[in-house]
Amino acid sequence: MEPAEGRAREKKVPREVSGQAPLLHMGVSPHIRAADTTTRIMGWVIIAVLPLTVYGVYIGGFKAFLVIAMSVIGAVATEAIIQRIRHIPVTISDLSALLTGLLLGLTLPPRLPWWIALMGGVAAIALGKQVFGGLGHNIFNPALVGRAVIFVSYPAYMTTSYLVRGQAFVVNTPTIRALNSVTTATPLFVAGQVRDHQLAVNTARYIGPYLWGNPWGCIGEVSAILILLGLGILLYQGLVDWRIPVCMAGTVVLLSWALGMNPILAAVSGGLLFGACFMATDYVTNPMTAWGKVVFSVGCGLVTVVLRFYSNLPEGVMFAILLMNGFTPMIDRYMKPRPFGHKSVVSQA
Amino acid sequence: MSGRGYRTFRGGVHPPTHKELSSSKAVTQAPVPAEVVIPLNQHIGAPNVPLVSPGDRVDVGQKIGETEAFVSAPVHSSVAGTVRAVEDVRNFTGAIVRAVVITADAEQPAFAAARMKPVGELTADEIRRLAREGGLVGMGGAAFPTHVKLTPPRDKPVDTVLLNACECEPFLTCDHRLMLERPAHIVEGLKLLVRAVGAERGIIGIEANKMDAVDGLRAAVSSEPGLDVAVLDVKYPEGSEKQLISVVTGRKVPPGMLPGEVGCLVQNVGTSVALYEMASIGKPLYERVVTVTGPGLRSPGNFLAKIGTRISMLIEAAGGWAGEPARLIMGGPMTGWAQEEPVASVVKGTSGVLVLTPELVDARDEHACVRCGKCVEACPMFLMPNYIAEAAIREDWAKAEMYGALDCFECGCCSYTCPAYIPHVSYARKAKAQLAALKKR
Repeated sequence: MEPAEGRAREKKVPREVSGQAPLLHMGVSPHIRAADTTTRIMGWVIIAVLPLTVYGVYIGGFKAFLVIAMSVIGAVATEAIIQRIRHIPVTISDLSALLTGLLLGLTLPPRLPWWIALMGGVAAIALGKQVFGGLGHNIFNPALVGRAVIFVSYPAYMTTSYLVRGQAFVVNTPTIRALNSVTTATPLFVAGQVRDHQLAVNTARYIGPYLWGNPWGCIGEVSAILILLGLGILLYQGLVDWRIPVCMAGTVVLLSWALGMNPILAAVSGGLLFGACFMATDYVTNPMTAWGKVVFSVGCGLVTVVLRFYSNLPEGVMFAILLMNGFTPMIDRYMKPRPFGHKSVVSQA
Repeated sequence: MSGRGYRTFRGGVHPPTHKELSSSKAVTQAPVPAEVVIPLNQHIGAPNVPLVSPGDRVDVGQKIGETEAFVSAPVHSSVAGTVRAVEDVRNFTGAIVRAVVITADAEQPAFAAARMKPVGELTADEIRRLAREGGLVGMGGAAFPTHVKLTPPRDKPVDTVLLNACECEPFLTCDHRLMLERPAHIVEGLKLLVRAVGAERGIIGIEANKMDAVDGLRAAVSSEPGLDVAVLDVKYPEGSEKQLISVVTGRKVPPGMLPGEVGCLVQNVGTSVALYEMASIGKPLYERVVTVTGPGLRSPGNFLAKIGTRISMLIEAAGGWAGEPARLIMGGPMTGWAQEEPVASVVKGTSGVLVLTPELVDARDEHACVRCGKCVEACPMFLMPNYIAEAAIREDWAKAEMYGALDCFECGCCSYTCPAYIPHVSYARKAKAQLAALKKR
């Protein structure tokens, strides 16, 4: 192209549109998008656990509030500090660190010393999230990593800082009293021991408190009804896949029933509902595909039952979810959806 | 939302359609521009050679570019006038293409209908020849030469012709208006398509948000054996070729294959009308209906525009800028091309000119993927767009292929639904280009 011709064309750029010439922005398709943002999603999860948080603090008192506050402060401050050190944008306004701290706080006993909760928040973000590269890159659920760190560091505090210790609710037999002097978190533990000792205990009488006002669990385990309300909010907003809570809790209920435990008690006691609704459903650490989510959550349920019945841990949900988090990359790899029109997935691999 | 509960495919998204802006506006003739810029290549295939030189007189419908190659479509002058130049211009995708620039006469004669063989007596070969001579291409956007599609290989007979009347892109209403205003011509065109490939049936696939058009088309096909109308769910991308075939016939086109593989032929309703016009009055494809719409325009509408019309003229025809125009798009909002200035010209595949305002263009920097899985859920090809994007970022092309980059047809559902603003489509395009380059080596 000769320059002269090029100049001539420049002048010919038509200006026949009336009105002020707008500043048009370039961009790639698609040019429109749905309303979802990461911050909005995090915000909705926070709203979903808010009733539970409020009620948990109401039951647990100021100490419970302090636990949650410290865990949130630990998480958010750690996120900001590490991002500063890494010279990357500080993203605490996306609410993800706040949510991690809040979820962690809800899995802690209400009378836990505040400094342990703070350490949990720090560990959740530092060891659970930032060490992997930050949001979206972590393998394990950060809140549960934080909880696991303080659980193994301060097992005594973590198993005794409840409003009411297990023994107060346990039938008055010498065996059980002896067991409880070792410390126990929830009647779940007792139920396991009871089964082993062939003691007939009417565990069903614990169900009522679990539904509304559980005094021997963590802050967020205070009410099964409010947990399900939170799940309802998430499902209504289309933010979680129903398969995960249903498959995880379903697996635990069926297996516990098969092993001789009251299935309703199995469902509502301990951290199962909270874990199934708010922890296993964490986007980052569960598989992407529908069937992958089923495998993941059934696995969570299985491991929970194994730990509840056959280990000397009082509760299995935390380690069950963390363990299955580790399998997520593998599940994603092997349960890749078969692309449209493909005869078999083998030709792709 | 209305228009749900009909047959549909798995995946996809439900963007607001915004069709009410222009769906009730009858097609009007856009003003004839003083100058048209007609790119010689408006199709997928071999490039055309110009048949005219500067200074030549041309007539409406005169062929001005052609090539011997089979996969190609000639171009015709859309005005009576004088060729000013044959030069390189930037087309709507930003690519430099050769174009014939014609200065239009002040007085434009009406197109003189040619005396043609009765449409009912045309043979398959004659229909194919007419499609080629008329410069027909797919008018839904892909612009694949029609006569090539009408020439199925002998070992892969076509039994079903699908007329794509979904118009699933938000905002666009040009096909809807054609269906309302010219149902008989659409059906005549469909009959020609069915005859050209020797198919048993012709089915018009249409989304359920155009029930007025469904009524008209049902009436038009009621006396035609083998023709039918299929009403489909309102969902994007219902009008994607492979999805449409699967929804209407249950057949799945294998990856990398064409619809002929499963005995289907898909054509856009606009192409059907163009084929009928070429067969009945010898009118080649030199003008088309373009929806000019969006909240950034004063009075959106549907215009019959000459190929080569600069889009600035269409924007003026739609009343000029309104509000705060932020993005100018040729095509629909899901797959169209953003324009920096309203200088590109209308080509055969141009279905819309869209002006969006800031509240609709929610462009932000991408941030970290939270693996929410919305893109996987939305992908109508059942791919894993987030992993394709991740692989493309790390330039791991083998991995991008493993997660299905080559099956991506860039519908944009993944990016539409992504809460982290990740432009998966761009990454998939990059991966596809790289993989193609690697395979050539």
